[in-house]
Amino acid sequence: MSPEDPWIGRPQARVDGPVKVTGTAMYTGDVALPHLAHAVLLQSTVAKGRILGTDVAAAERAPGVLAVCASDGSLGIGPVASYYSADNGPMGDGRTPLSDAVIHHHGQHVAMVVAESREQACAGAELIRVRYREQAPLARIEDAIPQTPPGREDVVRGDLTTGLAVADATVEAYYETPPQHMNPMEPCATTARWTGNRLTVHDSTQHVFGVRAALAEAFGLRPEDVRVLSGFVGGGFGSKGTVWPHVLLAAAAARLVGRPVRLALTRPQMFTSCGVRPPTRQRVVLGARRDGRLTAIAHDGTTATSFGENVVENTGGTTAMLYACPNVTIRQRIVRLDMQAPTFQRAPGRAPGSFALESALDELAHELGVDPLELRLRNHADTDPSSGRPWSSKHLRECYRLGAERFGWDPDDRTPGTRRDGDVLIGSGMASATHEMDPGPAAAYAELRVDGTAVVGVASHEIGTGTYTVFAQIAADVLGVGPDRVFVRLGDTELPEAPPSIGSQTVAYVGPAIRRACEAVRDDLLAGALADPESPLYGREIGTIEFGGDTFVGELSRIGSPSISAIGHAHPDAGSPYAVHSFGAQFAEVAVDARTGTVRVRRMVGAFDIGRVINPRTARGQLVGGMTFGLAQALMEATTIDPRRGHVVEPHLAGYHLPTNADVGALDVLFVDVPDPHIGDVGARGAGEIGVVGAAAAIANAVFHATGVRVRTLPITPDRVVTAGSGLGWGDFGG
Amino acid sequence: MSIEPAADEVELRVNGDPRRIRVDPRVTLLDALRDEFGLTGPKKGCDLGQCGSCTVLLDGRRITSCLTFAVMHDGREVTTIEGLGGDPEGELHPVQRAFVDHDAFQCGFCTPGQIMAAVALLDEGHAGDDDEIREWMSGNLCRCAAYPNIVTAIAAAAGR
Repeated sequence: MSPEDPWIGRPQARVDGPVKVTGTAMYTGDVALPHLAHAVLLQSTVAKGRILGTDVAAAERAPGVLAVCASDGSLGIGPVASYYSADNGPMGDGRTPLSDAVIHHHGQHVAMVVAESREQACAGAELIRVRYREQAPLARIEDAIPQTPPGREDVVRGDLTTGLAVADATVEAYYETPPQHMNPMEPCATTARWTGNRLTVHDSTQHVFGVRAALAEAFGLRPEDVRVLSGFVGGGFGSKGTVWPHVLLAAAAARLVGRPVRLALTRPQMFTSCGVRPPTRQRVVLGARRDGRLTAIAHDGTTATSFGENVVENTGGTTAMLYACPNVTIRQRIVRLDMQAPTFQRAPGRAPGSFALESALDELAHELGVDPLELRLRNHADTDPSSGRPWSSKHLRECYRLGAERFGWDPDDRTPGTRRDGDVLIGSGMASATHEMDPGPAAAYAELRVDGTAVVGVASHEIGTGTYTVFAQIAADVLGVGPDRVFVRLGDTELPEAPPSIGSQTVAYVGPAIRRACEAVRDDLLAGALADPESPLYGREIGTIEFGGDTFVGELSRIGSPSISAIGHAHPDAGSPYAVHSFGAQFAEVAVDARTGTVRVRRMVGAFDIGRVINPRTARGQLVGGMTFGLAQALMEATTIDPRRGHVVEPHLAGYHLPTNADVGALDVLFVDVPDPHIGDVGARGAGEIGVVGAAAAIANAVFHATGVRVRTLPITPDRVVTAGSGLGWGDFGG
Repeated sequence: MSIEPAADEVELRVNGDPRRIRVDPRVTLLDALRDEFGLTGPKKGCDLGQCGSCTVLLDGRRITSCLTFAVMHDGREVTTIEGLGGDPEGELHPVQRAFVDHDAFQCGFCTPGQIMAAVALLDEGHAGDDDEIREWMSGNLCRCAAYPNIVTAIAAAAGR
């Protein structure tokens, strides 16, 4: 019933492009309200201990200050235990902000100042004196004792000992990844306004319904009395996926001063207020036959969490399903540190986990003298090894083939340290990529109007992923109007509920709800038309009707109705007998300066199977962004935690290095673009995170190929290359 | 003890429109533009001059407006993204048009700063080749990493 030339699949320019390039797209911090007051937060300078006293007298007297709150529970914020589970992350123990004197981590909020202006609030906050009894924090993963996360069992398939006994070659290696911060360009911000017992909040969030639930619980409100809006989000990457303490504090501040309040975190506060990808320590053991067939895989991951929750950075998730191997053991352990709550960051678990697994496979390939790409092909999993279920759709072999061809992968050029270009050593590396899908139910609203426009709405989010555009395309195909005539509404709890915009699920799982809603509109209209002798469609077979153009709008006009609307529901994966994963292959070429050890990525090629590509332009953006995230993970990103005092050493973007334009070379993205027949009628799978997966390993493997130096600790900074390379006698390091 | 600095009067010519405002001397140019002039195109990404989201033109040269105080710029000419004359419902400035055509953004938060930097870069004559664009655009971070498309868009706007 789709038009012959559907909008789905076209590289449609972003419908929100004009408002974004003119600066008229409204983000949370841009919302202007009359009588707006400003809240700022003061944060703990110690990582563990107790507050002995907070002197707020000077701050209270400071010009413009409306209210000062110490950490004494006086704000009357109730616990939000039911919204947070211990495994979810933030405030996992139901800890209420500014409620007591206990310090759990450096950068914990310890006081809040509300003032007429932000400058006055900041000046007031500087006058607050907090006295602490400081205790030595547990800050290093090595100093804590690993424990099994509650309720989590090891993955054991076959018998590892047997698998290693029959192996012709084995590899055992240890890998380390550092804490990483999401650092979206838009710092978290919340603007809260009370009208009697009703609360309206503008929040930079990836989950408006989550914010609503937490606020309702914290303030004893009916959920329907809380409205959360988030029309444009300046990037999230996980940091806005759950509800953090400052959101509750903004609402409490607005109630306290009886005025609308904006609370925007500063960039330094972003390093202690909205989650972190925890550091990992990983051990991978591989055993294989001479021909490369894996006989054994062991992957042990130890990751850090706080004392308040059980967040597991699931480093072994990829290992459990990526390759066919009869004997597999995967263990996840956590250590508890005096740190902020970790949370999911783009490609959680898989980003650090795939670095270890895919590096180890490269080590195995070198050991066996097998081409790393061929090694992966020989261990291709035809069904999901972790569940035994068939794949919903999998074209990983095609990803390898497409990527290798575009990259110019040379299986015969695998000897390390042989290609030199002036002062730099050149190398290439590759890795597999995969990302699973977590299904979530969604509902959506659709309305067709007699003026030829349509409205679709769902409480999903535009976080840079192209949601407005892709939903307009999906709706346009069903309703027969152009995507420029479809007005998409997002980020509002007055709209039908959608899952959070996390886990690469929006297009795959919310897209079908949009489609269902539009189909319901269409079917309603058709049912009337086919039965109405006055209609030109009367008595026709549905299959013979040419849709598109103004078929439906014409019908609306004929019956004299201004509009017709419907709600659609979808839960594509519910009860699916299939394992649903996106797949991909990553290739990287690096140049390593033989004098300094500096690594630069000259080019990357990623070939991906994400099911049907709804919009190649926005999908490409997701993959380019993901691959760059991986590049940054490989070469530059790390948060340094002071081992003695447990604080973030460089809480700003001059110390925490994000890639700049000049750091990113040529990035090529290819799509297999075959619709997944088992994931609802849209046929799309996740694209938002898979670009990260395997990218760091491909780069690390390329560094090895260039230099013969294997760096197993991220990021691969010049000092690590030089240190690992000294003694190998390659390049100019030898002496 | 807190001392409240006296508000100062300053005349800024913002997007061609001269306006006299009284402003707390602690207010950055960025905050003045956003709060006093209601121009929320320039964004606050770090307040430390590290991300470039607040880039505007001051007398035609690009600056990070978070790193300077409004009162320091009496009589000066400020151009923000709103001053490029692009209309979201109609004609866009050529650089804005190029950003849309080449998908040179994702979440859009850094975009006003990227575009102002690009406008300045073109004026400076730094669009000679892609590497030069990459280098001269590296004061503007984009976490979504639309970098390759930003380079393409600027090259296109430069007529290459």
